[in-house]
Amino acid sequence: MIGAASLGLIVAVLLLLIRALRGPTLYDRVAAVNALGTKIVLLIGAIGFLLGRPEWLDIALLYALINFVTTIAILKFFRYRSFQVPMVRREES
Amino acid sequence: MADVLNVAFAIKPWVGSFLLLVGAIMGIIGAIGMLRFPDVYTRVHAASVIDTGAMTVAIVGMLLLAPTWTIAIKLAAIWLFLFITGPTSSHALINAAYKAGLQPLIGVEARKPRQSDEGTS
Repeated sequence: MIGAASLGLIVAVLLLLIRALRGPTLYDRVAAVNALGTKIVLLIGAIGFLLGRPEWLDIALLYALINFVTTIAILKFFRYRSFQVPMVRREES
Repeated sequence: MADVLNVAFAIKPWVGSFLLLVGAIMGIIGAIGMLRFPDVYTRVHAASVIDTGAMTVAIVGMLLLAPTWTIAIKLAAIWLFLFITGPTSSHALINAAYKAGLQPLIGVEARKPRQSDEGTS
Protein backbone atom coordinates (compact mmCIF):
# COMPACT_ATOMS: atom_id res chain seq x y z
CA MET A 1 0.00 0.00 0.00
CA ILE A 2 2.95 2.30 0.63
CA GLY A 3 4.15 1.34 -2.84
CA ALA A 4 0.81 2.43 -4.31
CA ALA A 5 1.12 5.73 -2.44
CA SER A 6 4.63 6.24 -3.84
CA LEU A 7 3.34 5.50 -7.33
CA GLY A 8 0.53 8.02 -6.85
CA LEU A 9 3.01 10.65 -5.72
CA ILE A 10 5.15 9.94 -8.80
CA VAL A 11 2.07 10.43 -11.00
CA ALA A 12 1.36 13.75 -9.26
CA VAL A 13 4.97 14.84 -9.81
CA LEU A 14 4.72 14.00 -13.52
CA LEU A 15 1.47 15.97 -13.90
CA LEU A 16 3.01 18.97 -12.16
CA LEU A 17 6.08 18.63 -14.39
CA ILE A 18 3.81 19.01 -17.44
CA ARG A 19 2.52 22.30 -16.02
CA ALA A 20 6.06 23.42 -15.18
CA LEU A 21 7.21 22.74 -18.74
CA ARG A 22 4.31 24.31 -20.65
CA GLY A 23 3.14 26.98 -18.21
CA PRO A 24 2.39 30.18 -20.10
CA THR A 25 3.79 32.59 -17.54
CA LEU A 26 6.75 32.55 -15.19
CA TYR A 27 4.52 32.35 -12.13
CA ASP A 28 2.86 29.16 -13.36
CA ARG A 29 6.25 27.55 -13.57
CA VAL A 30 7.31 28.75 -10.13
CA ALA A 31 4.03 27.56 -8.59
CA ALA A 32 4.38 24.17 -10.27
CA VAL A 33 7.97 23.78 -9.05
CA ASN A 34 6.95 24.79 -5.53
CA ALA A 35 4.12 22.25 -5.40
CA LEU A 36 6.43 19.68 -6.96
CA GLY A 37 8.95 20.21 -4.15
CA THR A 38 6.31 19.42 -1.53
CA LYS A 39 5.39 16.24 -3.42
CA ILE A 40 9.06 15.28 -3.63
CA VAL A 41 9.41 15.68 0.15
CA LEU A 42 6.48 13.33 0.70
CA LEU A 43 7.89 10.94 -1.91
CA ILE A 44 11.29 10.77 -0.20
CA GLY A 45 9.59 9.99 3.11
CA ALA A 46 7.29 7.36 1.57
CA ILE A 47 10.14 5.60 -0.25
CA GLY A 48 12.16 5.68 2.96
CA PHE A 49 9.36 3.87 4.78
CA LEU A 50 8.91 1.51 1.81
CA LEU A 51 12.55 0.45 1.83
CA GLY A 52 12.68 0.30 5.62
CA ARG A 53 15.09 3.19 6.00
CA PRO A 54 13.21 6.07 7.67
CA GLU A 55 16.48 7.98 8.11
CA TRP A 56 15.76 9.48 4.69
CA LEU A 57 13.51 11.95 6.48
CA ASP A 58 16.64 14.01 7.13
CA ILE A 59 17.02 14.42 3.38
CA ALA A 60 13.31 15.28 3.12
CA LEU A 61 13.68 18.02 5.75
CA LEU A 62 16.69 19.47 3.94
CA TYR A 63 14.76 19.40 0.65
CA ALA A 64 11.86 21.28 2.24
CA LEU A 65 14.22 23.99 3.51
CA ILE A 66 15.95 24.39 0.15
CA ASN A 67 12.60 24.43 -1.69
CA PHE A 68 11.28 27.38 0.29
CA VAL A 69 14.48 29.40 -0.05
CA THR A 70 14.61 28.67 -3.79
CA THR A 71 11.05 29.88 -4.36
CA ILE A 72 11.61 33.13 -2.51
CA ALA A 73 14.96 33.70 -4.25
CA ILE A 74 13.47 33.16 -7.73
CA LEU A 75 10.60 35.55 -7.01
CA LYS A 76 12.95 38.19 -5.64
CA PHE A 77 15.26 37.87 -8.62
CA PHE A 78 12.50 38.24 -11.18
CA ARG A 79 11.00 41.20 -9.35
CA TYR A 80 14.18 43.23 -8.83
CA ARG A 81 16.43 41.58 -11.48
CA SER A 82 19.10 41.27 -8.80
CA PHE A 83 19.78 39.33 -5.62
CA GLN A 84 21.27 42.42 -3.98
CA VAL A 85 18.56 44.99 -3.61
CA PRO A 86 19.87 48.35 -2.37
CA MET A 87 18.67 48.96 1.15
CA VAL A 88 17.07 52.33 0.62
CA ARG A 89 13.44 53.18 1.10
CA ARG A 90 11.67 54.60 -1.90
CA GLU A 91 9.92 57.91 -1.35
CA GLU A 92 6.66 57.01 -3.06
CA SER A 93 5.10 53.54 -3.02
CA MET B 1 -8.60 -2.92 27.78
CA ALA B 2 -5.52 -4.91 26.78
CA ASP B 3 -7.42 -6.42 23.88
CA VAL B 4 -8.36 -2.99 22.61
CA LEU B 5 -4.72 -1.89 22.78
CA ASN B 6 -3.59 -5.03 20.96
CA VAL B 7 -6.11 -4.45 18.18
CA ALA B 8 -5.05 -0.81 17.93
CA PHE B 9 -1.39 -1.74 17.58
CA ALA B 10 -2.29 -4.41 15.02
CA ILE B 11 -4.19 -2.07 12.72
CA LYS B 12 -1.88 0.93 13.17
CA PRO B 13 0.37 0.25 10.12
CA TRP B 14 -2.67 -0.36 7.94
CA VAL B 15 -4.27 2.91 8.97
CA GLY B 16 -0.96 4.70 8.37
CA SER B 17 -0.55 3.20 4.90
CA PHE B 18 -4.15 4.06 4.05
CA LEU B 19 -3.69 7.68 5.11
CA LEU B 20 -0.49 7.88 3.06
CA LEU B 21 -2.40 6.57 0.05
CA VAL B 22 -5.18 9.12 0.64
CA GLY B 23 -2.55 11.86 0.75
CA ALA B 24 -1.10 10.68 -2.57
CA ILE B 25 -4.55 10.66 -4.18
CA MET B 26 -5.16 14.19 -2.90
CA GLY B 27 -1.83 15.17 -4.46
CA ILE B 28 -2.97 13.78 -7.82
CA ILE B 29 -6.21 15.77 -7.52
CA GLY B 30 -4.23 18.94 -6.84
CA ALA B 31 -1.99 18.27 -9.85
CA ILE B 32 -5.07 17.81 -12.07
CA GLY B 33 -6.39 21.13 -10.81
CA MET B 34 -3.01 22.68 -11.56
CA LEU B 35 -3.30 21.39 -15.13
CA ARG B 36 -6.90 22.31 -15.87
CA PHE B 37 -7.59 25.67 -14.23
CA PRO B 38 -7.50 28.69 -16.54
CA ASP B 39 -5.14 31.26 -14.99
CA VAL B 40 -2.40 31.74 -12.42
CA TYR B 41 -4.57 32.65 -9.46
CA THR B 42 -6.88 29.65 -9.64
CA ARG B 43 -3.94 27.33 -10.31
CA VAL B 44 -2.09 28.54 -7.26
CA HIS B 45 -5.28 28.25 -5.25
CA ALA B 46 -5.63 24.57 -6.19
CA ALA B 47 -1.95 23.84 -5.62
CA SER B 48 -1.70 25.65 -2.29
CA VAL B 49 -4.84 24.34 -0.60
CA ILE B 50 -4.39 20.79 -1.79
CA ASP B 51 -0.69 20.84 -0.92
CA THR B 52 -1.24 21.77 2.70
CA GLY B 53 -4.08 19.29 3.11
CA ALA B 54 -2.42 16.38 1.33
CA MET B 55 0.85 17.03 3.15
CA THR B 56 -0.92 16.97 6.51
CA VAL B 57 -2.79 13.74 5.76
CA ALA B 58 0.31 11.98 4.40
CA ILE B 59 2.48 13.05 7.34
CA VAL B 60 -0.14 11.84 9.84
CA GLY B 61 -0.04 8.52 7.99
CA MET B 62 3.75 8.42 8.20
CA LEU B 63 3.53 9.27 11.91
CA LEU B 64 1.44 6.14 12.42
CA LEU B 65 4.11 4.17 10.55
CA ALA B 66 7.05 5.60 12.49
CA PRO B 67 8.96 2.97 14.46
CA THR B 68 10.75 5.21 16.95
CA TRP B 69 10.17 8.56 18.61
CA THR B 70 13.13 10.19 16.83
CA ILE B 71 11.51 9.63 13.46
CA ALA B 72 8.18 10.87 14.77
CA ILE B 73 9.82 14.10 15.94
CA LYS B 74 11.53 14.53 12.56
CA LEU B 75 8.15 14.09 10.85
CA ALA B 76 6.60 16.67 13.17
CA ALA B 77 9.42 19.09 12.28
CA ILE B 78 8.81 18.54 8.56
CA TRP B 79 5.08 19.08 9.08
CA LEU B 80 5.60 22.31 11.03
CA PHE B 81 8.02 23.71 8.48
CA LEU B 82 5.86 22.87 5.46
CA PHE B 83 2.74 24.12 7.24
CA ILE B 84 4.37 27.51 7.78
CA THR B 85 6.22 27.90 4.47
CA GLY B 86 3.61 26.54 2.05
CA PRO B 87 1.06 29.35 2.47
CA THR B 88 3.91 31.86 2.81
CA SER B 89 5.44 30.98 -0.53
CA SER B 90 2.01 30.90 -2.20
CA HIS B 91 1.30 34.37 -0.85
CA ALA B 92 4.65 35.67 -2.05
CA LEU B 93 4.08 34.12 -5.47
CA ILE B 94 0.63 35.65 -5.91
CA ASN B 95 1.82 39.01 -4.61
CA ALA B 96 4.63 38.99 -7.17
CA ALA B 97 2.23 38.01 -9.97
CA TYR B 98 -0.17 40.81 -8.98
CA LYS B 99 2.60 43.39 -8.77
CA ALA B 100 3.85 42.24 -12.18
CA GLY B 101 0.48 43.18 -13.64
CA LEU B 102 -1.22 39.86 -14.36
CA GLN B 103 -4.99 40.27 -14.42
CA PRO B 104 -7.22 37.42 -13.27
CA LEU B 105 -9.64 36.00 -15.82
CA ILE B 106 -13.21 36.83 -14.86
CA GLY B 107 -16.62 36.22 -16.40
CA VAL B 108 -16.96 34.67 -19.82
CA GLU B 109 -13.25 34.68 -20.61
CA ALA B 110 -12.53 32.20 -17.85
CA ARG B 111 -14.87 29.68 -19.46
CA LYS B 112 -13.20 29.63 -22.86
CA PRO B 113 -11.34 26.35 -23.32
CA ARG B 114 -7.57 26.52 -23.73
CA GLN B 115 -7.61 30.28 -23.69
CA SER B 116 -4.74 30.67 -21.28
CA ASP B 117 -2.32 28.40 -23.09
CA GLU B 118 -1.97 30.58 -26.16
CA GLY B 119 -2.02 34.11 -24.87
CA THR B 120 -0.57 35.55 -21.71
CA SER B 121 -2.01 38.72 -20.32
